[in-house]
Amino acid sequence: MPGKLVGRNYTPPDHVAKVTGRAKYAEDYRADGMLFTKLLLSPMPHARVRSIDTSAATAMPGVRAILTADDLPDLEGAERALTNEPVYAGEPILAVAAVDELTAAEAVERIQVDLEPLPFVTDAVESLRPNGPNARLEGNAWGAPAPGGQGPAAPAMRETVKWTDADFVAAGEGRLPTGKALEEWSYGDLDAGFAAAALVLDETFVVQSTGHHPMETRSAMAYWQNGKLFIHASTQSLAQTRNNIARWVGIEPSEVMLICEYTGGGFGSKGGGAVSMSIPALLSRKTNTPVMMRITREEESYIGRARTNLSGRARVGFAKDGRITAVDLFIVADTGAYGPLGDHRSAGLAASLIYQPPAMRWRAVNVITNTPPRSQQRSPGPMQANGIMEPVITKAAKQLGIDQVQMRRMNSPEGKADFGPANPNGRRNHVTSAFVKEALDRGATLFNWDERKTRTGKRQGSKIRGIGVAVGPHGAGSVGFDSILTIRPDGRLYVQSAVGNLGTHSVIDLARVAAEVLDVPWEKVEVVWGDTGKHLPWTCPSVGSQTTHAMTRANYAGAMDARRKLQEIAARDLGGAPGDYEIGGERVYRRGSPGRGLSYAQAARRAIELGGKYDGHELPEDINVMTRESASALTGLGLMGVAKDNHPRDGVTYSFVIGFAEVEVDVETGQATLVDFLAVGDVGTVINPRSLLAQIKGGSCLGIAHALFQKSIVDPRYGVTLGDRFHYSKPLSILDIPATMRAEALDIADPETPVGARGVGEPPVGAGYGAVLNAIADAVGEDVFRRAPVTADIILMSLENGRRMHEPLRTHV
Amino acid sequence: MSLSRRNFIKSVIAGGAVTSSVGYLFRSSGVLGQTSTTPGSVERLITLNVNGQMRRVDVLKQETLAMTLRYKLGLTGTKLGCDRAECGACSVLIDDVPHYSCSVLTHTVRGRNVVTIEGLASPTGQLHPVQQAVVDEQGFQCAFCLPGFVMAAVGFLKTNPTPTREELAHGISGNLCRCQDYDKILTSLMRGAEYMRRATT
Repeated sequence: MPGKLVGRNYTPPDHVAKVTGRAKYAEDYRADGMLFTKLLLSPMPHARVRSIDTSAATAMPGVRAILTADDLPDLEGAERALTNEPVYAGEPILAVAAVDELTAAEAVERIQVDLEPLPFVTDAVESLRPNGPNARLEGNAWGAPAPGGQGPAAPAMRETVKWTDADFVAAGEGRLPTGKALEEWSYGDLDAGFAAAALVLDETFVVQSTGHHPMETRSAMAYWQNGKLFIHASTQSLAQTRNNIARWVGIEPSEVMLICEYTGGGFGSKGGGAVSMSIPALLSRKTNTPVMMRITREEESYIGRARTNLSGRARVGFAKDGRITAVDLFIVADTGAYGPLGDHRSAGLAASLIYQPPAMRWRAVNVITNTPPRSQQRSPGPMQANGIMEPVITKAAKQLGIDQVQMRRMNSPEGKADFGPANPNGRRNHVTSAFVKEALDRGATLFNWDERKTRTGKRQGSKIRGIGVAVGPHGAGSVGFDSILTIRPDGRLYVQSAVGNLGTHSVIDLARVAAEVLDVPWEKVEVVWGDTGKHLPWTCPSVGSQTTHAMTRANYAGAMDARRKLQEIAARDLGGAPGDYEIGGERVYRRGSPGRGLSYAQAARRAIELGGKYDGHELPEDINVMTRESASALTGLGLMGVAKDNHPRDGVTYSFVIGFAEVEVDVETGQATLVDFLAVGDVGTVINPRSLLAQIKGGSCLGIAHALFQKSIVDPRYGVTLGDRFHYSKPLSILDIPATMRAEALDIADPETPVGARGVGEPPVGAGYGAVLNAIADAVGEDVFRRAPVTADIILMSLENGRRMHEPLRTHV
Repeated sequence: MSLSRRNFIKSVIAGGAVTSSVGYLFRSSGVLGQTSTTPGSVERLITLNVNGQMRRVDVLKQETLAMTLRYKLGLTGTKLGCDRAECGACSVLIDDVPHYSCSVLTHTVRGRNVVTIEGLASPTGQLHPVQQAVVDEQGFQCAFCLPGFVMAAVGFLKTNPTPTREELAHGISGNLCRCQDYDKILTSLMRGAEYMRRATT
C-alpha cells in the first residue's frame, strides 16, 4: 500500500533527542538516594554453592543488602537471575547493594562462597562421547518438544545422550558423527533422491557462537512507589517484557511500570527483556531504596547471551544439471547452559526452503554445555544453515561446471513454495510468497556478476579475488496482535506503540500505516511509546523480523476500525448509511458532496458524547488482556480504533535477501578482505526505504563479521570465557567493509497481508555470511575451510599444506 | 589515545582537601562521614570547563571523565559501551581532539575545554551541522554509539574538512556500532562535513 506516507522516507520523531544526547537509555536515569549493585559471578563453569559467608561484607559501612538465589521466586527450573548451582563461568550467584559502586564491589570481594566443583563440558560433541561429561546434573541434551505444530511447545525435558565409539569411528576423520538424534523429520523419498544423483557430497561445517554484544549492556534501575515496581531497562519489546518482569519478580503484570524509550541494541538478546532485571527490582524492594545495576562489558560477555553454535553435516545429492535431488542434514546444536532454543529446527526448515530439495531428512540433537547462555541472535538458525549448506552447494556447482547464481536460482523457492516436513494434516507448510528468482536476477545485474566472474580467481601479486552469492532466508512476520489508536478532539491521531525502540524504527513505522489509512498528515500524528504506564497494546516481540509485518497489520486493523466508526458517526448525524461516507483531508464526508461531513476533531467529540464502542467504553471481545486494560485507561479521550489483527493469511511469512560479495585474499598472509558487497531484498512492500536499506546492510554486516572474524571463545580446560572484551570477540569495524555498500529492495507486495510488508532484520545475516564464505572459496578453493570464521591462519595453513589443516570439529576455538 | 598504564597510575596524585561528594558513585566516605572502606576514595573539589561552562565538582583522583560527566554533571549523553577504550561510545572533545572519556582521568582535564554531545548545539538549540546531517540522513539505528561517533567526526573534521568516504571512515574507525549501520553513518557524517563547509563559507 505505498501512498503519501508508506514507502517514503521521513525523520523519526526521536531523532533530535538522539543527536543531542537527550535520549535516555536505562543507565541514564537517576533516582534520589539511588544505591548501586555489583554481582558476584561464579568463577567455575559448573558448581554447587555449599555455603555463603557474607559477614565481612555486611559489616562494611554503606552495604545495604545482599540478594541471593534464595530470595528469588521459583521459576520451575527456568533460568533465574541468581543461582545456587552455577552452570557456566560468569553466572551470577549473588548481588550486593551499597551506597556506591566501589563499596558494592569491595563488599563482593569480602564475601566467601564455598563452591563444590561439578563436572563440566564446553563442547557439544565432547559431551556426546561415550564417557563425555554432562553439563547439567539432569542430563546433557534437550528432548524433543511435544508435537503439536504451531502452538507453544511443552517444556522440553533434559535427557542424557551418548554416542558409541562405533559412531565416531564410522564418521571418519574430520566428519561429524551421526549418532542418536533426539529430533527428526523427513519428507520425500530420500534413497531415490540420492540414487538419482549424479553427484553426492558429504561435508561437515562448524558454525561458531558469537556474543550479541549490543552497545548498551543490560543495565537497569528500579524503584518502588505505591506498591508498584518502576523499572528503567533495555528491551526489544515493552509488551512482552512486562509480563516477564512480573514473573521474575513474583508480582502481577499490572504492578510493573516498565520504562524503555530507547534501547541500545538487542539483536535478540533482549527479546523479552533480561532475567537480570529482577536483581535491582528485588534489591530495591529489600532496601526500600532505588537501585541501579550497571552491567559491565565483561559481565555482558557472560550474561548477555550468544548465538547457538551449530555443527552440521550435510549430505546432498545433485543431478547433472545442478538440481538438488536430496538433502540429509544432521545438526548438533550447542545451546549453552540454559535453553532449549530452536536454532537447529529453524536451520532445518531454512535449508528445506531455500534449496527446495524434493526429498530431505533432518536430524538433530540439542546439547547443553557449560558455556554462557544462548538466545536467538539475529537470524537464529537460517544463518547457520547458510554456513552448513553453502560450501556444499558451491563445491557442487564448481564440480558440475554450473554458474553459482544459476545454481541457486534453479534450486530457489518460487511463489507459495512448500518447505519442511508434513504437518499432522498431511500437508507441508508453504510460504506466503517468494520472489527469490527475481531478486537473484536483479542482484546479478547490479553486481555485474557475469563480467566480474571473468576477472576473479586470477592471482595478481600475492592476491586473488573471488566472488560469492547466497540466499538468506528468515521467517518475517507473525499475526494476531492488537492496535489502539485515538482521534482526539484536538484533531490529532494518537497511536499507541509497545514496540521496543531499538533503532529499526518499526516502533514508529507502524503509525505511518495507520495515518495512511486514515489520511492524516504526519505532523498531526503522535506516537505514544516507551512506557507501559502510557497504556500500550499487546504487541509482538521485536524478534524474528516479525514487527513490521505483525504491527503494520495490527495498525491497519485498528485504523480500519476507526474508519468504520467515523463513517458510522457521520451516517448517524448526517443521514444515510455508513457506506455512503468517505474519508479524506481529515474529514469524513458524504460521497460526492465533500461539504457534508464532519472534521476528525468534530467526530472525536461526537465519539466521546456517544460513548459505547466509539470512545472505548465497549471493547472488542478478542483483544488481549493488556490491550483491554490499556484501552480502558484511554476511554473517553476521543474516537478509538481498537482491534486485533484477524486478517487471514495463507502460508508462513518469510523474507529473503540475496548477498553478493567480492573478496580479496592475500595468499601470503591469509588475510581475506571484503572489497565489494551488494544485497537485494525480497522483503515485501517497503514502508520506510532508508531504514529498510540500513537493515539490509547492517544485517549483512553481521553475517560478514561471522564469515571473517567474529567469535566467542571458551577455554575447554577451565571452562571460562576468554572473549570477554570487544578486542577478543572481534566485532566488525567500519574499516572491515567497503566504504560504500549497496542494497536494494524489490518492493513487491506480499499478497497475504493488507499492507504488503514483510520483515527484514534477519534474512540479510545469512546472505552476508554465505556470500562472503562463498567468495573466499571462489578465491582460494572450496576445500580450504570447513568452519567459520575463516581467519587468516585457517587460509594460510591450508594453502601452505595443500589440504585443510584446521581442527575439524572443536568449537569455541 | 595514548595513555599507558604507567602514566595512568603516575598521574594519580594524592592531595587536596576532603570534601563530601554530590555524586552517586563514590559516596561512602563523605556521606557516611567515616574512614573510607575503599582505598583511595578521597575527593577534591576542582573546576572543569565543560561545554563552555565552568563547573565545580568533587572528584576522586582515580575518577574517569566519563563517570564525572555522567554521574556528577548530569551529562548522560556521553555513553559507556565498554569502559576500556575499545568502543568509542564515550568519545568527547578535549581541546578539540576526540578522546575516550572512559580512559581520561578527570583531574587531568583541568584548564582544558571539554565538549560533550550536549554542548554541540547552539545555546538557542540550533543543531551543529553534523547533528543536523545525522537527522537529515537518518543516520544511526539504536543510536547508543551516536554521541561518540558524532564527537569523533566533529573532531576529525576540524583537521580534515574535506575528507573522502575512506578518509572519514578512518577518522571514525575508533568507534564501534553494533547495529553495523556503518554505511548510513558514513553517509550522514559526509553530509555533516558538507554542512560544516557550508557553514564556514
